[in-house]
Amino acid sequence: MAKIIGGLTTSHIPAVGNAIARDMQQDDYWKPFFDAYPPIHEWLDKHKPDVAINIYNDHGLGFFLDQMPTFAIGAAHEYINEDEGWGIPVMPPFKGDARLSWHIIEGMVNDEFDITSCQELAVDHGFTVPMQLFWPGLGKNPNLPRAIPISANTVQHPIPTLKRALDFGKSLGRAIRSYPEDIKVVILGTGGLSHQLDGERAGFINREFDEMCMEKIVTDPEALTKISRHELVEKAGAQGTEFLMWMMMRGALGDKVNPLLKNYHIPISNTGAGTMLLECIDD
Amino acid sequence: MEIEEFDHHSPIEGTTLFDGEMAMIGYALNKMCYTFNGAAAREAYLADPEAYFEKFGLNEAQKQACRNKNVLEMIAAGGNIYYLAKFAGIFKMNMQDIGAQQTGTTVEEFKEKLRKAGE
Repeated sequence: MAKIIGGLTTSHIPAVGNAIARDMQQDDYWKPFFDAYPPIHEWLDKHKPDVAINIYNDHGLGFFLDQMPTFAIGAAHEYINEDEGWGIPVMPPFKGDARLSWHIIEGMVNDEFDITSCQELAVDHGFTVPMQLFWPGLGKNPNLPRAIPISANTVQHPIPTLKRALDFGKSLGRAIRSYPEDIKVVILGTGGLSHQLDGERAGFINREFDEMCMEKIVTDPEALTKISRHELVEKAGAQGTEFLMWMMMRGALGDKVNPLLKNYHIPISNTGAGTMLLECIDD
Repeated sequence: MEIEEFDHHSPIEGTTLFDGEMAMIGYALNKMCYTFNGAAAREAYLADPEAYFEKFGLNEAQKQACRNKNVLEMIAAGGNIYYLAKFAGIFKMNMQDIGAQQTGTTVEEFKEKLRKAGE
């Protein structure tokens, strides 16, 4: 049976893609951010997951407001990246696992989650930057797993509640664990943490709230479901709502996790950047 | 479960929640900005912005906000930041440039504010 080995979180800021493209990882500005990743590479090299479920939020490449799914799951054999309009390099296609995608979609709809399935989906920086961070070199990296994108709407309110996001993750976890093949799966929760790009409050970052979220997501994710969406915008900033992806990831990991790595750095671009490695604990 | 009164517009200082109300106002502007993912659309806009506005049916407030390259005006006209970011990309404006413009500071001052949030 399929096994979920752990979860990884990271911010997915486009500027990170630029920094990678220009090989700036050791610059003073970037080093405190990029230094979190080598221990994760070692963990990935040791465990070699076959599939990465990459939970991100599309920012206006794969979806537009004409048709905006609240939860969308990729069901393609491969996923292309395209020009996003501001000059970050376009990545080569990512190999999917359509059979596992359909198993997840079947399982979750049966579990009463209403999923939008996508046999074509252009993935944006929210998906590609984490793949580059965790598997540097992408296609040249022998550990690069197959990937399944899951996108949640944070573009347009109403966005999902934190409780729904955590419950989504729990259902996702059940679906994956019922897959009959012996594969290892890692769950990525990308985006966040606090940031706000728009309005007179642009540049808002909230270290205290981010640190609380990074602690509770390990020990007591249920407590975070008490935060309303309005409060999330107020405390994490308008785009800090991307924390929903972390909640989705966490739900899939089961009750107890072992936090092997935690890094937090302000600022990367306009954002409080959080990175975590959470290993699943076998029951 | 009771559905409570939706509370999208109780004020969060300096913040406009992009909800159904804003989506109704901003659709043409956002649809135009979405096209700027593509290089050909960016070139077409630069070649003749007024013709490009007409193609998507922007209203006068939206057109003027675009002419002014003013992000707060674009938000007031229904713009969603994720699509406005693609508009900004045409002019090579990054998120610190946009942040400085919206907060009435220089880019250096804006970056300093971000840095200080980490202290």
